[in-house]
Amino acid sequence: MTRMPKGKVTMSGDIKRQFKVVARVLSYMLKNYKFAFLVVVICIIGQTLCTLQGMLFTQRLIDDFIAPMVTNGSTDFGPLANALLQMAFYYGLGIIFAYAHQRIMVNVGQGTMRKLREDLFSHMETLPIKYFDTHAHGDIMSVYTNDVDTLRQLMSQSIPNFINSSFTMISTYISLLVLDIPLTIVTACMTGVMLYTMTKLSAKSGKYFYNQQKDLGKVNGFIEEMMDGQKVVKVFCHEEKAIEDFKALNEELRSSSEEANKIANIMMPINNNLGNISYVLCAIVGGILALGGYTGLTLGKLVSFLSLNRNATQPVGQMSQQMNFIVMATAGAERIFALLDEKSEVDNGYVTLVNAKEDKDGNITETKERTGIWAWKHPHHDGTLTYKKLEGDIVFDDVDFGYDDKKMVLHNIKMYATPGQKIAFVGSTGAGKTTITNLINRFYDIQDGKIRYDGININKIKKDDLRRSLGMVLQDTHLFTGTVMDNIRYGRLDATDAECIAAAKLANAHGFIKRLPEGYDTLITADGANLSQGQRQLLAIARAAVADPPVLILDEATSSIDTRTETLVQEGMDCLMIGRTSFVIAHRLSTVKNADCIMVLENGRIIERGTHDDLIAQKGRYYQLYTGNKIGE
Amino acid sequence: MIKTLLAQVKQYKKATILTPIFTALEVFMEVMIPFVTAEIIDKGIEAGDMDQVYLYGGIMIVLAFLSLVFGILAGKYASTASTGFACNLRDGMYENIQKFSFSNIDKYSTAGLVTRMTTDVTNVQNAFQMCIRIAVRSPLTLICSLSMALVISLDLSFIFFIGMVVLGVALIIIMGSTTKIFNKAFEQYDAVNADVQENVTGIRVVKAFVREKSETEKFRKSVTKLYNMFCKAEKILAFNSPIMMMVIYGSMIAISWFGAHEVVSGSLTTGELTSMFSYVMNILMSLMMLSMIFVMLSMSLASARRITEVLKEKPDLTDPLMPVTEVKDGSIEFDHVSFAYKHGTGEYTLKDLTFSIQSGETIGIVGGTGSGKSSLVSLISRLYDVSSGRVLVGGLDVREYDMEVLRAQVAVVLQKNVLFSGTILDNLRWGDENASEEECIEACKLACADEFIQKFPDKYNTWIEQGGTNVSGGQRQRLCIARALLKKPKVLILDDSTSAVDTATDAKIRDAFKNKIPNTTKIIIAQRVTSVMDADRIIVLKDGELNGFGSHSELVKTNPIYAEMYETQTKGGGDFDEGGE
Repeated sequence: MTRMPKGKVTMSGDIKRQFKVVARVLSYMLKNYKFAFLVVVICIIGQTLCTLQGMLFTQRLIDDFIAPMVTNGSTDFGPLANALLQMAFYYGLGIIFAYAHQRIMVNVGQGTMRKLREDLFSHMETLPIKYFDTHAHGDIMSVYTNDVDTLRQLMSQSIPNFINSSFTMISTYISLLVLDIPLTIVTACMTGVMLYTMTKLSAKSGKYFYNQQKDLGKVNGFIEEMMDGQKVVKVFCHEEKAIEDFKALNEELRSSSEEANKIANIMMPINNNLGNISYVLCAIVGGILALGGYTGLTLGKLVSFLSLNRNATQPVGQMSQQMNFIVMATAGAERIFALLDEKSEVDNGYVTLVNAKEDKDGNITETKERTGIWAWKHPHHDGTLTYKKLEGDIVFDDVDFGYDDKKMVLHNIKMYATPGQKIAFVGSTGAGKTTITNLINRFYDIQDGKIRYDGININKIKKDDLRRSLGMVLQDTHLFTGTVMDNIRYGRLDATDAECIAAAKLANAHGFIKRLPEGYDTLITADGANLSQGQRQLLAIARAAVADPPVLILDEATSSIDTRTETLVQEGMDCLMIGRTSFVIAHRLSTVKNADCIMVLENGRIIERGTHDDLIAQKGRYYQLYTGNKIGE
Repeated sequence: MIKTLLAQVKQYKKATILTPIFTALEVFMEVMIPFVTAEIIDKGIEAGDMDQVYLYGGIMIVLAFLSLVFGILAGKYASTASTGFACNLRDGMYENIQKFSFSNIDKYSTAGLVTRMTTDVTNVQNAFQMCIRIAVRSPLTLICSLSMALVISLDLSFIFFIGMVVLGVALIIIMGSTTKIFNKAFEQYDAVNADVQENVTGIRVVKAFVREKSETEKFRKSVTKLYNMFCKAEKILAFNSPIMMMVIYGSMIAISWFGAHEVVSGSLTTGELTSMFSYVMNILMSLMMLSMIFVMLSMSLASARRITEVLKEKPDLTDPLMPVTEVKDGSIEFDHVSFAYKHGTGEYTLKDLTFSIQSGETIGIVGGTGSGKSSLVSLISRLYDVSSGRVLVGGLDVREYDMEVLRAQVAVVLQKNVLFSGTILDNLRWGDENASEEECIEACKLACADEFIQKFPDKYNTWIEQGGTNVSGGQRQRLCIARALLKKPKVLILDDSTSAVDTATDAKIRDAFKNKIPNTTKIIIAQRVTSVMDADRIIVLKDGELNGFGSHSELVKTNPIYAEMYETQTKGGGDFDEGGE
């Protein structure tokens, strides 16, 4: 549950890594908004220059206009009015630049966030199932919200601010150099001290922020676990122990976040006051120089210099403020890029699925319209194409599989299903039933052996086409936000309303849908929370029915629905299986009884196979399962 | 609400009070500094008097040093106070949640509680730090700068007031129009979130139906909507700083103009004019800060409300004044019991139930989804209180017992049961902290868990992942049963706790119960008829009412619901292997 990337926290490595991440964010932003960002940079520079110009005017105001008037006793305000008009012009220009920069940045910032979210999503959709198995769902979701949000601050404030601050600093230094060189050196020394303190402090606070996020992750994980099991805690009267454990973690979080915040908080006063000291130093050194007449420094120049001195030190303070945000944003950015860098599902398939027509001689030709007949379109090296009719013939040839290379879950699986056959898998939990079905549609790739579909190695079939030819009804029926109709149509997007209703009738779902307040237009919310488990399953069957696939994979539900709905589900599934090659993870007698072949799985091996009667006669494991007799352990 | 929250400051009161004090001192120093700067220029440099430069330079360094010290102290105490406050808030919520009854727990989702204790607390922590630090700083800077400006020149200060009014009005207009859009945008934000969640949890369906492209398209639409809303709001916000600049620069020019007149007429010095310029900045900047704080506060208000909700939630079950601390035996009696989850709605989950169970009996409970099976058993260990009637355990109303004693004697294996991260032994000892390893093994043997535990390389020291994800459903259920057995309860309730265990093992467990703990009353809820068939008596529930109560052979003959269930499950419709994941 930790929210931060793993790895050692070394100071220099940390800064280097953060720099890389910021650079990547920047390049991501530039990819789509090169021109806009260029305009923004120009605007920022323009704004800075105008502000500077205005400041200089203010200085000249006293020296060039007011002071002479005081000494001359003149009351002609004409020149002053002119000067002020000029000043107003520069300020006005600055304001326009400021608005333009802010306005364009809205689109750049929000646009980049939108692009990031879209890229994240479309990339996520290509990731292998394994990714979702191994990552907490809450973590994935927080990438889209928390982490993308932190980038907003980075893009719309920190980066422009950095540009602004550094440019202010550079231009101020140029003006300072023009005014007086020795004093500039004094100021530069102080700025150096400030920069040094700032980097030291932000490196330190970065480390503490890292710890804070880590501790926050721990607390988060603990709360999640305990809240999930809160009822168990109550039933076992375990409250005190739960509080004790929590307090320890909470205290750790408090102390690390206290440290982190402390440094962030004191950064500002330190910088400000170093700036003040710099001011005094300049005033004293400048005073000595000007009064002693050692250099060409005049009093007027010194006054100008002193006010510019502020400009030279303030940006350092602003930058240090932004550092805090950057440290936090990089943590989020790293998680975003980690997701974007995940490897997509590999698909080297080139055999595709097409609608087909069959003439009298059994020749297959490709057509555009839906005919109810499909064919595999198989391009060859020599550029020729062959078509093979989709039949639903599936063969497992000595298949081995493991979720990781170390531990095999399935061993030497050999089996075949001829078109229209019904194959049932039975066996205890963890025996590998679901795993086998997940190999057919290539949710996972096998380590050894071959799976052939109508004689074609499934590795050669494009994944999308392979999956389109297989219908699935999972035990966990996931429904999507939208109407009931939308959810049925999920099976085939171009299905008409009539086809969807026909599918619902076939699946036995029509009855309950009719009774819903708004029938087929009833909105389904939050994964179908407003429907019962059984109703959700009926919808999932209808969804598969509308897809009308030649091959079916069904995972029968276990016992959590009541008998009446169960009968409906059962009938729905039976209707769906007619005339299709079906693989069923079976929990019911009726299913296995009329299966063409039953595979009994144990520890990833097929230990028995045959029809119901065969297996009963064998009096083996199946017989034990069936009769509920005790198994000698 | 504020009061409830502030009560959690507790031991950090000192730091909380010191922060604004030091901040105030820091601000005073900061305000003094431009004053001194003016003196350096006026009396020192312009007058060509180096001694004055040293004098005021010295003063300024002292001030800067003091400001630094106060600033650091303020920052340090602010951090201590705000993080301590956050820590107390989390503690407070957590402790209160531990006092929650089941109906309190039902009100909140896990995700909701996690957000409250993390994100919401962080929001409030930041707002709190803002309040004690910047909320003091800005008005103070405002007041000090303003009064200094007034001291320097009454006339020129008038310009400030005009600037402030203009800025204030502009800010109000901007805030007003953006808040509404932002509120809508946050709703869309939830929708985007829901899209992601749907796809993450339903990824297998998405992939199985090859819907990656259409889902991405759907998501793109939803994100574009969000983009448009945020852009709309931020476009208005983009006026913020130009307007501020306009006001500041306008004031500057105005001050230059009128200031120049005053300087010429001799009622103002040039140094004072320079100081006025810095005060313009200070005043308008602090106004800006105040408006930012206002936004931050209003954003954290929602968080604060959600935290207070948890802190104020009153557990609705309380121990009696003179609790009974011993449960005599495992007999159970329901006396005209009705029960509704929501009081006063009249939607009764259980209606007028009356029956009695003798100590040591094995009772099966069957019925359709929503017939009230789980509700019925949760009344026995007083996880909820009845709406009317009485539930008696060991001859006494459950409300007369000390809750801890009652729950120790009435062990429930919940339908949604969880294991916690830790070793198997750690998990088992939830039932009895002082159980020896032998006792644990004994309990596991009873629950048929020992057989698979022995096959693990680390046996009883095997580490269980959060939620018990590294053991199968059937194994998890058996561990949960063993954990409950370690309590050595007088009543043992299994709420659909063997649904993932295969029929044979299920039978074996029931056999063990019968022989090894004959005096414990056993109540078994099940969907499978085979799990309850050999119970002494079976309760058939329908829509919260008692539909039948008798032995298997009686019910098959007399109760149509039970008979149908038996029929469908054994003759072609039932399940026979173990239910899988």
